[in-house]
Amino acid sequence: MIPELGHYALVLALALGLIQSVVPVIGACVRDGALMRLASTTAIAQFAFVALSFAALTTCYVTSDFSVATVYENSHSMMPLIYKFTSVWGNHEGSMLLWVLILSVFGAGVALFGGNLPETLKANVLAVQSWIASAFYLFILLTSNPFLRLTPAPFEGRDLNPLLQDPGLAIHPPLLYLGYVGFSIAFSFAIAALIEGRIDAAWARWVRPWTLAAWMFLTLGIAMGSYWAYYTLGWGGFWFWDPVENASLMPWLAGTALLHSAVVMEKRDALKVWTILLAILAFSLSLIGTFLVRSGVLTSVHSFANDPRRGVFILAILVLFIGGALTLFAWRAPMLKQGGLFAPISREGALVFNNLFLTTACLTVFVGTLYPLALEALTGAKISVGGPFFNLTFGPLVIALMFAMPFGPLLAWKRGDILGVTQRLMTAFGAGLAAIAIAFLIAGRQSVLAPFGVGLAFFVMAGAITDLVERIGLFRSPLAIVRQRAAGLPRSTWGTAIAHFGLAVSMLGIVCAGTWGTERIVALKPGQTVSLSGYELSFDGLHQTRGPNYIAQVARFSVRGGGVAIGTMEPSRRTFASRQTTTNEAALMIRGPNQLYLSLGDVNDDGSIAIRLYYKPMVMLIWLGAVIMMLGGALSLSDRRLRVGAPRPGKKSAAKPALQAAE
Amino acid sequence: MTRRQRRLILIGGSLGVLAFAVGLVLNALSGSIVFFNSPTDVAEKHLAPGTRIRLGGLVKMGSVQRGGDLRIRFVVTDGKSDLPVRYQGIVPDLFREGQGVVAEGKIEPDGLVADTVLAKHDERYMPREVVDALKKAGRWKESDSGFAGEKMK
Repeated sequence: MIPELGHYALVLALALGLIQSVVPVIGACVRDGALMRLASTTAIAQFAFVALSFAALTTCYVTSDFSVATVYENSHSMMPLIYKFTSVWGNHEGSMLLWVLILSVFGAGVALFGGNLPETLKANVLAVQSWIASAFYLFILLTSNPFLRLTPAPFEGRDLNPLLQDPGLAIHPPLLYLGYVGFSIAFSFAIAALIEGRIDAAWARWVRPWTLAAWMFLTLGIAMGSYWAYYTLGWGGFWFWDPVENASLMPWLAGTALLHSAVVMEKRDALKVWTILLAILAFSLSLIGTFLVRSGVLTSVHSFANDPRRGVFILAILVLFIGGALTLFAWRAPMLKQGGLFAPISREGALVFNNLFLTTACLTVFVGTLYPLALEALTGAKISVGGPFFNLTFGPLVIALMFAMPFGPLLAWKRGDILGVTQRLMTAFGAGLAAIAIAFLIAGRQSVLAPFGVGLAFFVMAGAITDLVERIGLFRSPLAIVRQRAAGLPRSTWGTAIAHFGLAVSMLGIVCAGTWGTERIVALKPGQTVSLSGYELSFDGLHQTRGPNYIAQVARFSVRGGGVAIGTMEPSRRTFASRQTTTNEAALMIRGPNQLYLSLGDVNDDGSIAIRLYYKPMVMLIWLGAVIMMLGGALSLSDRRLRVGAPRPGKKSAAKPALQAAE
Repeated sequence: MTRRQRRLILIGGSLGVLAFAVGLVLNALSGSIVFFNSPTDVAEKHLAPGTRIRLGGLVKMGSVQRGGDLRIRFVVTDGKSDLPVRYQGIVPDLFREGQGVVAEGKIEPDGLVADTVLAKHDERYMPREVVDALKKAGRWKESDSGFAGEKMK
């Protein structure tokens, strides 16, 4: 009964979606308030029905109702409750349901918090949002119904893929989807603006909070996915340039560019056409990501099942939305009015620079991800494009971008003074140079490039601090005034500095862990000791433990650092009987920002066990930096002037320099 | 500065960055991509020693020999041709004789010296490259794909 209820709720959501796709647009055309207001009601109702459908599926999983095909294929009665719950989206059908649930959350959000949007804009935005939603409801109902029944119902499920039986599954997909799908709002706003043929600074002010929220979730989602891969895959890598990872990085790059160009549009009424294009691209890349991951074009732990019909259906959605949006753009964009003038050296110029490099970097990732697929489709030759390709293409672009980053916030709008800014960045240059010197002193000539990477990271961090110091007049004005200025500084300015700082922290982690990490791969017998980078690990022995649905072989190691016992590490291998699969549970020991990483290999015939031991200096900074970036975004989002649904047209020109920055 | 000049600078700058990026991509594509080959491809193509490839196929039954220091030798086969592989390190959990494997490394006169060995993720899934290589060699049975659930409409 419950699965049928969920199925029916989804059908109703589709019906509502179709109504919402058409009626508000007609309402906006003929200026009929009642027809336009219908969109808000149906958006909230859509959310209610999708939520009901999702709740129904969740109930099936939690109660282990194996008469439902997806539950049978992805669940097991012995699984801990949390995994019964998370396995709802640990498969293709359920994860698509989560996708539309989040889509409807955003739709209802616009309906509820978009109270002071112009009536026609709101109606059109919700209609476009509903086009996307209806396409995906259809996709689920026609090709990926999660509520299909099995007769007779099996007694026991086939269990969730053991790699997914991890707390990461509870956090990573929802966060990532909140990010992916959140860009749909920017997309809907862009399409609505093109339909109306009118766009102004207020538009950017409405779009920016949604984009910022999506960007925060995506940042955290990517970082979470990276950490999850790091500790479960057992080889200590945090980024593999896997197509599936790139699929999430591309919308992030486009979304970051969109955040920055929307600032120019909001403050200076310029870059309108470009901002619209970025809004379309960011969501298009999210759709491409969904296609790559869900269609079975790629093989990875993310592609759950291969059903060619699904790939074709998503491809059709992709062509329809991206093609349609770009056609509309080509037709309507030339009609949008041009914005204000600015010199190349100015805040706007710096933000254009940012956009140029971010989109180009995004393009290189796009080429690296899709070229192998295209080549195979056209010639049949199979190639793999991995780390070296991206280091050579993405790397230099990001380095140039990072170097320019501290300059941007310090430049004035319209016409900036590059010499003045360089002078103000002298301390930051000093910090960067000192970091390079220290890095060479400590690490020697082992790597020539890495110390410069460290220097660049410190330059950006010091640059972000300089920005704040300059604005509040620290070291120049009396403390009382400094405090007053700090309190008066817009939160979005703090957010900018903090987010830039966070990016540099991540970069520092990537450079250090990537360059100065050490590793040993050895076979050990009980009682033997291995040492690495000042740590000594002695292998105490193996024992077995029993988990709820697996048997674990646990190896116990005593760790000594600098001659003192500092704890034990217990990496294990779990064998899941239901799928005859083994997973590797690495043991991590956090030492400040550094980590010791230990994972197990095979047990050999002579009783020795193969281990991988890594020392990863500064590795924690990679994810810490992402969290800092997210916090910067949150601070910016809490800015009064940006509060969702409360945009007010900004005062022209009257603002003081300290209040101008709201990047 | 006029609108026209400003636009020229903008377009010039964009093209500059784009050209730079295209240069980087072409440079990287010529140097750092790796082609996928089956043992038959390797036998037919006469690759120069030192060429990096990804090799896919099945681990031949009875071919795995383990040595000291985590050294391992095995033979990858697609049913038509075989290629010996040398590797030092820990092989993946699902590395087994008769199972699909992808090895990446340099071609040497006596076989492949691998620096990466990948196996499949779980029992349902086999690397697509391996499936294709086996299909090409005529050794693929649909039943090998593993999962076939009884679904009802």
